[in-house]
Amino acid sequence: MNQPIKVEKTLTINKPAAELYRFWHNFENLPHFMKHLKNVKVYDAKRSHWTTSGPLNVTVEWDAEITEDRENELIAWASVEGADVNNSGFIRFQPNPNGRGTEVKVVTEYKPLGGEIGNAIAKLFGESPKQQLGDDLRRFKMLMETGEIATTEGQPKGHNRS
Amino acid sequence: MKAVCWEGTKKIEVETVPDPKIINPRDAIVKITSTAICGSDLHLYNGYNPTMKPGDILGHEFMGEIVELGSAFKNGNIHNKGKALAVGDRVVVPFTISCGGCFFCNRSLWSLCDNSNPNAWMAEEMMGHSPSGLFGYSHLTGGYAGGQAEYARVPFADVGLFKIPDGLADEQVLFFTDIFPTGYMAAENCDIEPGDTVAIWGCGPVGQFAIRSAFMLGAGRVIAIDRVPERLQMAKDGGAEILNYEEVEVGEALKEMTGGRGPDSVMDAVGMEAHGLGLEGFYDKAKQAVRLETDRPNALRQAIVACRKGGTVSVPGVYTGFVDKMPMGAFMNKGLTMKTGQTHVHRYLQTLLDRVQNGDIDPSFVITHRLMLEQAPQGYEIFNDKQDNCIKIVLKP
Repeated sequence: MNQPIKVEKTLTINKPAAELYRFWHNFENLPHFMKHLKNVKVYDAKRSHWTTSGPLNVTVEWDAEITEDRENELIAWASVEGADVNNSGFIRFQPNPNGRGTEVKVVTEYKPLGGEIGNAIAKLFGESPKQQLGDDLRRFKMLMETGEIATTEGQPKGHNRS
Repeated sequence: MKAVCWEGTKKIEVETVPDPKIINPRDAIVKITSTAICGSDLHLYNGYNPTMKPGDILGHEFMGEIVELGSAFKNGNIHNKGKALAVGDRVVVPFTISCGGCFFCNRSLWSLCDNSNPNAWMAEEMMGHSPSGLFGYSHLTGGYAGGQAEYARVPFADVGLFKIPDGLADEQVLFFTDIFPTGYMAAENCDIEPGDTVAIWGCGPVGQFAIRSAFMLGAGRVIAIDRVPERLQMAKDGGAEILNYEEVEVGEALKEMTGGRGPDSVMDAVGMEAHGLGLEGFYDKAKQAVRLETDRPNALRQAIVACRKGGTVSVPGVYTGFVDKMPMGAFMNKGLTMKTGQTHVHRYLQTLLDRVQNGDIDPSFVITHRLMLEQAPQGYEIFNDKQDNCIKIVLKP
C-alpha cells in the first residue's frame, strides 16, 4: 500500500521536436488534451499551479516546479511540498534517427494516499492510469498533427435504447 | 432528421434524431442525397461486431451537398493544407476518415490514419494498433455516426470530401465512397501482370467491381466464384468465367481451367461470414456460434489452396477477429504473398473519376434496388437474405 504508481507511454509524433517541446513547455496548454486537468496557471519560469477536476466535484490541486529543462529534449516536473498528492513526471523528445518524426516518451509517477482524498484521487486517475496517460498522449499527438482532437461527443444517436 | 439506427441484432429502426452539428474546426455537415447499404453493414446487422451500441447510426456509403463548414474553412487556416471547400459543393464522402497529417496519411495509407479513431485504445487492445476511424461502423473504429441519414458530420472534411463535377448522376459516383475503390484496390493488390488469371471468391458488389477492375488492370481472365445465380450472371456480364461452388468442386475446377497451374492471384471478397460446405462449414458455424472463433474463413482457405505457386492472395473481405485452421503450410510452402486492408479510398478517387468520365465503366450497373431511407429496415432484410435478386440497395433520404 502507498507504493508509488508509475506509468509510461511512448508515441511517435510527425512533427519536429522543437515544435512539440515549445507547446508542452507552456503548461497552460496541457488541459487542452489532458482529460482530467482543469487548469494550469504558470507563475514564472519554474513554478506553476495545477488543478484537476474529478468525480463528485472533488478537485485536487498542487504547485509544481520544473526540475529539469533541456531545450527541445526533455522537461521534468514535480509537485512541491504541501501538494494534495505528490506527483512527478517527465517528457522526452527524441528525433527519429531516420527523420520520421519525434519519439515522445512520457513517464508520470504519483503516490496514492489513503482516506477520502485518496479514494477521490484513485477515481480521478481511473482504473487504468496507463490507458489514461496513453489517451492523453494520443490527444497531444492529434492536436499537434491535425490541429484538433478527434471526437464523437455531441453527435446525434438514436433514442430507442433497448 | 431521420436516421437509420442499429438497435440490436437484426433490429434496424428509422428514428428521428437531432441534426448533426459542427464539433471540430475541420468538420463539414453534408446534406445527403444518396446513400447505400454495404455488404459489410450486414456483419453489423447480424451482430458479429460486439462494439455496436443501440442507437448507433449506420451507413458509410454516402454523398451529398455541403451545407455547413467548420471554423478552419472560414479563416482560411486549413491545417495540413487540405482542399478548399465551399457550402453548396457536391461531394462524395470516403468511408475511411483520414487526417492528412500523420505518418500513414503522408504515405497514402489513408485507412491506417493515426489520428481519426477516438477509441484507438479499444482497437489497440484487440489488434496491437488502430486503423483509421470509419463512418457508422462500430465503436471499435470510432463510433462515428453514419450516413444512412438526412445529414452527416464529416470530420477532416478538407482531406476527405471529393468534389464531383457537373454532369454525373449520384448513381455514377456514389460507390466512390467504398465498394468501387475497394474492388479496385483489391485488384491492384493482386499484382496483375498482363494476361494473368485472377480467381475471385464472392460476387457481391465488391466482387463485381473487382472483376471489372482486374480487367482494367490487365488481367487476361477472371474466374468468379459464388452460388447465387443473379450474382454469377452479373459477373458473367462483366466478362468473368463463373463457378457455382454448390455445383462443382472449386479447387479441381480451377486447376482444370488453368492447365493445372492454378490462378496467378486469388481474392477473398467474402470475408468473415463465408458459407462453407460439409464438415468444414459445420465446424466453423458451430465454433462461431459459441464465439470460439469470431470469423468464418472458408473462402480464404480455399483461395490459398487454389492459388498457383508464388501467387498473390488479396483480401478485401472484412475480418474482425480470429480464424481457425488457416492453411499456413500451403501459404508458406507455395511462397504466397497476402495483401489486405481497409481501402485507402482517398488514393483512388481521381483515378476512378477519370475512368467513369472516360466511359470505361458506369458503376450504377450494380444497383438492383432503389428505396426510400424510411424503407431501410426492409432493405437490410432483403439484402441479407438475398431476396428478390438483391445485389445492391441505394437509399434516398
